[in-house]
Amino acid sequence: MALPLKATFALSLLFLFSLMLAASAEEEFSEELLLKPLPDRKILAHFHFRNEAPLAADSFARHHHLFPKSISQLVQKFHIKAMELSFTQGRWNYERWGGFDPISSHNAKPPGVELWAVFDVPQHQVDASWKNLTHSLSGLFCASINFLESSTSYSAPEWAFQSALGSLRYGTLPREAVCTENLTPWLKLLPCRDKAGLSSLMDRPSIYRSFYHSQRLHLIMPTAVSDGSKSGIILEQTLTVVLQPNNQKASMNHVGETKIQPSWSLSSIFGRKISGRCVLAKLSNIYLHFERGLVTQLDNLQKKSSKFAANDTGPEAFRGNAGFELSVTPERVHTELEKSSSVLYEYPIKEYKEIEQFDLGLTWKHPVVWSSSHAPLYASRFLMGSGNERGAIAISLKSTEMTKGLVSANNVEERCKLQVNVLQIVPWYVKVYYHTLQLLVDERPQVLADFVERMRVSPSEDKVSPGVMELVLQFPCEMKSAVLSIEFDKGFLHIDEYPPDANQGFDIPSAIISFPDFHAGLQFCEKSQSKSPLLSKLQERSPVLSYTEVLLVPLTTPDFSMPYNVITITCTVFALYFGSLLNVLRRRVGEEERLLKNKDAKKAVFLRRMLNKLSAKLRGRPSESTPSPPSSSSSPFVSPKLILRVLMVAGIAVAWQYYSQ
Amino acid sequence: MGANENNSAKPRARPIVRLGIFLISHSNIVSVVCFTAGVVALLLLPILAKNTYISENALMPGSANNMLSTHHVSDANKFIKDLTDLEFRSGSSPIESQKLIAHYMSALDAEVTFHKFYPQFNHFHPLHFFTSPDSDIISENATCSSFGINTFGIIRAPRGDGKEAIVLVTPYNPNKVGLGEALSLGIAYSVFSLLSHVTWLAKDIVWLVADSQYGEYSAVAAWLREYQAPAFRRVDIVNSETCNESSTFNELGQDLYLDGKLYGGFRRAGTMAAALVIKVAEQGNQYEDSLNIYAEASNGQMPNLDLINIVNYLAVHKQGLRIKVKKMWSLLGSKWLNTLGVIFESLGRIARSLNPQWNPATEYVEGAATLASSLYYQGLGVPTGPHGAFRDYQVDAITLEISPKVSLTKMIRRNEFILRGGRLIEGVIRSINNLLEKFHQSFFLYLLTSPSKFVSVGVYMISFALLVAPLPIVAAYLHSNASNSTPQNTSALEVDASHKSWKWLNSARKVLVIHLWGVVVSLLPFFLCQVPNTTPTTNFILWGSLSASSLLILYLILGSPIFEAAVSLHEKNKWASLKSVTISTAFIGLSLMSVINFATAEIGALLIVPICLLARPLKLDTQARSWRTLLRASCNLALGFIGFPPVAFVLLKGAFEDFYGINVSDYWNWLESLWAWNSATYLYIGVVHLPCWALCINILFHPC
Repeated sequence: MALPLKATFALSLLFLFSLMLAASAEEEFSEELLLKPLPDRKILAHFHFRNEAPLAADSFARHHHLFPKSISQLVQKFHIKAMELSFTQGRWNYERWGGFDPISSHNAKPPGVELWAVFDVPQHQVDASWKNLTHSLSGLFCASINFLESSTSYSAPEWAFQSALGSLRYGTLPREAVCTENLTPWLKLLPCRDKAGLSSLMDRPSIYRSFYHSQRLHLIMPTAVSDGSKSGIILEQTLTVVLQPNNQKASMNHVGETKIQPSWSLSSIFGRKISGRCVLAKLSNIYLHFERGLVTQLDNLQKKSSKFAANDTGPEAFRGNAGFELSVTPERVHTELEKSSSVLYEYPIKEYKEIEQFDLGLTWKHPVVWSSSHAPLYASRFLMGSGNERGAIAISLKSTEMTKGLVSANNVEERCKLQVNVLQIVPWYVKVYYHTLQLLVDERPQVLADFVERMRVSPSEDKVSPGVMELVLQFPCEMKSAVLSIEFDKGFLHIDEYPPDANQGFDIPSAIISFPDFHAGLQFCEKSQSKSPLLSKLQERSPVLSYTEVLLVPLTTPDFSMPYNVITITCTVFALYFGSLLNVLRRRVGEEERLLKNKDAKKAVFLRRMLNKLSAKLRGRPSESTPSPPSSSSSPFVSPKLILRVLMVAGIAVAWQYYSQ
Repeated sequence: MGANENNSAKPRARPIVRLGIFLISHSNIVSVVCFTAGVVALLLLPILAKNTYISENALMPGSANNMLSTHHVSDANKFIKDLTDLEFRSGSSPIESQKLIAHYMSALDAEVTFHKFYPQFNHFHPLHFFTSPDSDIISENATCSSFGINTFGIIRAPRGDGKEAIVLVTPYNPNKVGLGEALSLGIAYSVFSLLSHVTWLAKDIVWLVADSQYGEYSAVAAWLREYQAPAFRRVDIVNSETCNESSTFNELGQDLYLDGKLYGGFRRAGTMAAALVIKVAEQGNQYEDSLNIYAEASNGQMPNLDLINIVNYLAVHKQGLRIKVKKMWSLLGSKWLNTLGVIFESLGRIARSLNPQWNPATEYVEGAATLASSLYYQGLGVPTGPHGAFRDYQVDAITLEISPKVSLTKMIRRNEFILRGGRLIEGVIRSINNLLEKFHQSFFLYLLTSPSKFVSVGVYMISFALLVAPLPIVAAYLHSNASNSTPQNTSALEVDASHKSWKWLNSARKVLVIHLWGVVVSLLPFFLCQVPNTTPTTNFILWGSLSASSLLILYLILGSPIFEAAVSLHEKNKWASLKSVTISTAFIGLSLMSVINFATAEIGALLIVPICLLARPLKLDTQARSWRTLLRASCNLALGFIGFPPVAFVLLKGAFEDFYGINVSDYWNWLESLWAWNSATYLYIGVVHLPCWALCINILFHPC
């Protein structure tokens, strides 16, 4: 009895094991970290985790070994073709941290939450799928992504953003606060979580002390070339952090001298060291990236101090330079194909002992000043006008050194053109007048049609959908600056449509400026290295993309205690109205007149005498038989009784006021 | 009177109607009671003032420890030293100091931009009252040489989303750097250097060093115009000329950035949450370090009270500065106010029951002086400092003028002073930084009676309401009186029957014409301005004579028989109906003005209401020859004299400053400043006060 049981158990174990083997042969996980010194004395740390799983027909109910089941279920259920979710805090400084490299165009995101998804469902089901997806993600990531469910907060840009993917939906929540509660569910999707491997570096205080941090989750369903069917799911999780190495001499900055870049090590910026790789990862690497500008500066330094002759070859040579020194010798060095090229140092992570953990450090010897490469145009957006009535949004584009290079490069025969795509989404309560769209090129007003290649506008509908404007502009390369401005009226919201803290103002989400003719990609010579997902990502030719600032529009906000006041006033008015109506209805005029006449006849004599006396006193003269002064006779109702009553009431009121204090 | 005969026969009317009739028929007593009550209520305001409190909980002033240390102060001292050294060095151009400031700013990792502007001299544009500042107006006489350069740096909040910003302004004249200006720059620098590396910042910080060689206000206004409503179009007038100086400006931008690759355009930083203008007075008072707060913007607009509250709270409780708001110093010594205070003190028990926190007479006098200045500066409608430019864009702003105890040439003393000032600014910025929403919790309509006491709109409206309440009552009384009086002439009975109810239209026409004259008078300076080479005195005389002649012409036209076609014969009551219409227009004008600028309406009511109420033909009074009528006549004459705008101006100026050296041209200059600042007070004087006064004078000399 026991034997067959054992046998079946063993068999099933074996079966399971084989299945696991088969699965693990296909599921792949890799972890990488890219470090890059930035020109303004900061460090960029870019974690890149890639998880790939095959997609079988029955995978909905299947167990994954590495791939997070929740994500695969999400993909299955909502028929997602591609999706990207990012949580960002802080702003990417395009000017100082660069806008023309793969990292900035992929990982620089607008503040708050940004979500876009492409669905593989019939057109009429897309909105339903989107709504369900937002709720699922909201639960998964502990964030209020479900606010993207309402049709006023998402839109369907057609070609200005992530073109040619199909039925795309795009929404942002600029005000979403990002914190550890969003990071923890994100880490849960990793096979090693943050217990081992590179993710163990993620010390919460140092990450959230950063100047910019953006956690991103990117899902792609690559299609096999052969039959066009989906071959698998690729889940890319990236965390991009810009940190300031805490140097002791931070406060000792003196004016007039160029500051030396702060030296740093992994332990000084994260407060932790790497003790080993995540065992489930197929690849675990750390890269150190020196961008073009920096490499040129370093080469110049090297040339100046020529005593470091180029006699030593091999990896040791890369360890140091006249300008800097690395604490660990890199395993491999990738250089770009072009002449002035960026350099990438590669450090594979092995298992380390308790004592000697991996800690990469960089020491600067000489001050180096360089600047990152910029996007062809520097975009900034701002609000114009004042008051609660109207305003204007302006997007200003200024040429950078990049376009100057372009002009000098191809100033020969054909007029060089610079294509710019603009996607601007505006919430409905900011009522944009699209006919007021103005374009000024080099400070001169221009006819829009001369520069606009294509344009798609879907005006906002009150309380239903936001306004979307997609523009493809063609500028001459020698253009210095361009300004797009569009006017709007500020709308009124219903009292229950105001969000909490309504007096802060309302956000207009970032506009997206992209340059489809320019591709941010690095070309490394060794083709063999394309096995690394991060490197292949860096080499991918993707259009340059940048986000503008989020704008804050102050709208008219009611005094929120107003409903109470309105209720009070309405009640008073109603009471007065019904009171007088009832009074009119129940009164019999003829009867009253008769009664009054009788009364007056009795009263008149007494009253007149009284009032005569009173007026005489007031005038300070003995009363005579003069005809009654104007003041007295006009008021037959000023009886002493009434005065007494009024005085009594006033007295009570005064007494009450006095004692209530 | 006449109504009453019928009235007794009629049934009793509804109580509210009866009350109305009662008030109208007793209009004399009512108006006297109301007017005195209004004046008394105004005098009671210092007693009724409440202590200020911080209304917005998010502000939490002073809840965090100050981070500004002596280290920042020594940095600031170095900066001040460099700046003043530059001044002593001969042959240095003013650009050098801007370069230096920019250099210091960029060393703090701030994004620095220069803003070149052409000063906009104020001109009278009759159509530009109440309109928002227009970016397209560039004054024609802007030349190459006359331009200013604002330098400003922006610190981006490390983790902020950049939607909001706090602005620090330090006016600064690069041609003549005084110690005060240098110190104010030093204080701002110390705060700026602290903020460049703090982690708690949620809003961006903009530090604007406004080039004040063409006036502080115009520099700040130009910067704001560029920030909020830029004209993207190239200014052709200026660029067509060959400007050497503008090339130096370009150089300025070039050499700032070491590699020249950074974006050199005008930078912006989100919606402005609040702005602080920092100044240091050169000569201090002898007793202690003190802080003057200036808050009045154009047309009596005030910043949110919370902003003043946090400054007051931090200055008093944290930094131990003595805080002041502007006072009418002359009132402090005035006898009558003192006796009034003593009277109120003797009535202390009652006063205490009105407001338990009430203190004796000296405080009353101080409060009244502050209140008077608060009323005066709000009523003037001219901003009291560069902060006024911010209010035009709905940004709450105040000017803080810190005055040191002793001269600041001593180093130790100076360090302590910068530390205190810096900590105050730091605390205020930290408070505003805490703010999630814009300022909206506290009051916008208030009068200050001391830095920590205020009178809110609900209280100060009472005195105004009491002042103007008699106007409609008296108007109604006069109207009913005039229309119901039985005509003496039986011959006119038929005519009268048809014209009885429409008789007031004649007077209304007259009033309308006089008001039109007022409009013409207030437009005249625009044309006078076009005449070149005139002195204020000649302008004033010209203006006066033109106004008088236009009045004369109007009077002749009015007096001509075409207009007098259907005048009823009983002249006797004509003045009454005229007075009634005048009073109603005065009431409407005052009520409208109280919405636009309350303080103007209040002061105006004090001047115009008595004459409106008392006005009665002198002929009638002199004919009666009783002491009462004579007293009334003389009162009327005196009030009529006081009510004349130039006289009122001279009297007010004399009361608040002194009579010494007042001359005719002062009035012209004063009015010029009013229209240059687009003050609604100017319109009030021209369109409401002057015609009403003229009509009252007309009534006084009415031939009946």
